Amino acid sequence: MNRLINRLLPALWYSLLALGLLLTLTPLWWMIAASLMPPGEATSYPPRLWPSAMTFEHYRALFTRLDLARYLLNSTLLASAVTLISLLINSMAGYAFAKFRFRGRDRLFQSLLAALVIPAQVAMLPLFLLLKQFGLINTYGGVIIPGMASIFGIFLIRQYLLAIPDSLLDAARMDGASEFRIYWSLVLPLCRPILVTLGIFTFMGTWNDFMWPLIVLTDSAMQTLPVALANLLGEHVQDTELMMAGSVLTVLPVMLLFVVLQRYYIAGIMLGGIKG
Amino acid sequence: MIYHPHLRISSAWAFLAPALLLIAVFFFLPIFAALLLSFTDFDIYALGDLDRLRFIGFSNYLQLLQSPLFWTALGNTFYFVIVGGPLSVAVSLGAALLVNAPLTRFPGFFRAAFFLPVVTTLVAVAVVWRYLYHPRYGLLNYLLSLAGVDPIDWLGDPDWAMPAIILMAVWKNFGFNMIIFIAGLQNIPTQLYEAARIDGAGAWRQFRYITLPLLGPTFLFVALMTMIGYFQVFAEPYVMTQGGPANRTLSVVLLMYEEGFRWWNMGYASAVAFVLFALILAGTLLQLKLRQREPS
Repeated sequence: MNRLINRLLPALWYSLLALGLLLTLTPLWWMIAASLMPPGEATSYPPRLWPSAMTFEHYRALFTRLDLARYLLNSTLLASAVTLISLLINSMAGYAFAKFRFRGRDRLFQSLLAALVIPAQVAMLPLFLLLKQFGLINTYGGVIIPGMASIFGIFLIRQYLLAIPDSLLDAARMDGASEFRIYWSLVLPLCRPILVTLGIFTFMGTWNDFMWPLIVLTDSAMQTLPVALANLLGEHVQDTELMMAGSVLTVLPVMLLFVVLQRYYIAGIMLGGIKG
Repeated sequence: MIYHPHLRISSAWAFLAPALLLIAVFFFLPIFAALLLSFTDFDIYALGDLDRLRFIGFSNYLQLLQSPLFWTALGNTFYFVIVGGPLSVAVSLGAALLVNAPLTRFPGFFRAAFFLPVVTTLVAVAVVWRYLYHPRYGLLNYLLSLAGVDPIDWLGDPDWAMPAIILMAVWKNFGFNMIIFIAGLQNIPTQLYEAARIDGAGAWRQFRYITLPLLGPTFLFVALMTMIGYFQVFAEPYVMTQGGPANRTLSVVLLMYEEGFRWWNMGYASAVAFVLFALILAGTLLQLKLRQREPS
């Protein structure tokens, strides 16, 4: 009896895993397959999981007829700018919270953390009015500027730096290095792993964000890929293959980024998850 | 020490200033302004001419409580949170147990594969699922038909639309909590399991008396984060159903968006936003309280 269970258990276990794999990957598989099908084939019945003849015409249509290159550029530009600027600003603040002693530090940090419960949508209506005052509606700045600092980013950097001994920094201070120099040429290199992690988080978060770009970038030439894709759906809902090509194009850059840098990404979730 | 302490304090503030300034101006100030806005009749006319703005006290909130549409949105959002949240956490835990078990070879591969939907763009995969849910050509109905189930109009049937959105949302984000559960599982000392095995405890008893209790803090964190996130559901109904059919997938945030950015009733929309905030806050406090009462 026990022998039988020992023989069957792995088989049962792996069929569960395989089922999970199938459920997780089938939608993504179908998205890619349908994007390569000749027109009309994605709406044939029974559904096909593989194109009868592979074609890239839908991708070509996206770039020639629908000018998706423009949105690809917008998304890339916005996500890169937010990532680079926010890494700089958040790492400075995280460094200050981790390695400087000043009055009210812990209370200030605690109240920032408590503010994480506030849903971002509460701020959106006045934020829109504020940016309108500054003339930032329909500009890249409307997306970049509110994303330049994040409480979560500051938190992540601080946690990481707490584990680094002060003696290292004190030695540099004894040598007479200026505070900014210490930050730039000592702290930042030390933070490299966590900067990569936070960088991926920020890039993906900005790339995938939908609601705020939808609100603030009303002019169609300024839109990001997700917003453009949602608009495309309105006009081309019957064009299944075309829509799937658009979805692949939107998803692919972030998926590649994840596959290449997944070690950093997953480590970041664990750090945020356990210590939070 | 060679350097002066007060010099260090001022440089601390220099490092903090950009971040604090940005967060104050672009987060805390708007939050405060939203509260004020919710007590005004800010609408499309006030958008052009601020002189038309009037303070109207709690009128927006009273109007909200009398609006059937608001109660519908609230009910739908609770449906999404109460059914989708626990389902998502349960699937995450199941996947974590599967991937983390000693029996599983190549756990890194399975972990990455299960995680893949998390990194995808919500709008893009919502578009994909719209087609998977298609009543005539959709893959889901085809698979169900193999089992003899009649076609279901997933996104067009008022009773099925919300379950369909929940299913998609769980698929999209169970991988995130799975990673956190795996981290929690790996923090449980293996000696505990060895001792239990020597005492003759089976797999279920080990799970019930070691894994679950020791996973407690992870559970609280995951449940809280999932609840907060699920209360904010927006893009799924926006892309897949536009809140329909018959407003059965209209969420609170979608209502706020429609009122605020489509009809420019920004005072009223701010009141909607604050009700959402109050709900999330109450849910958070409730969960923390429940956890404290539980004997550890």
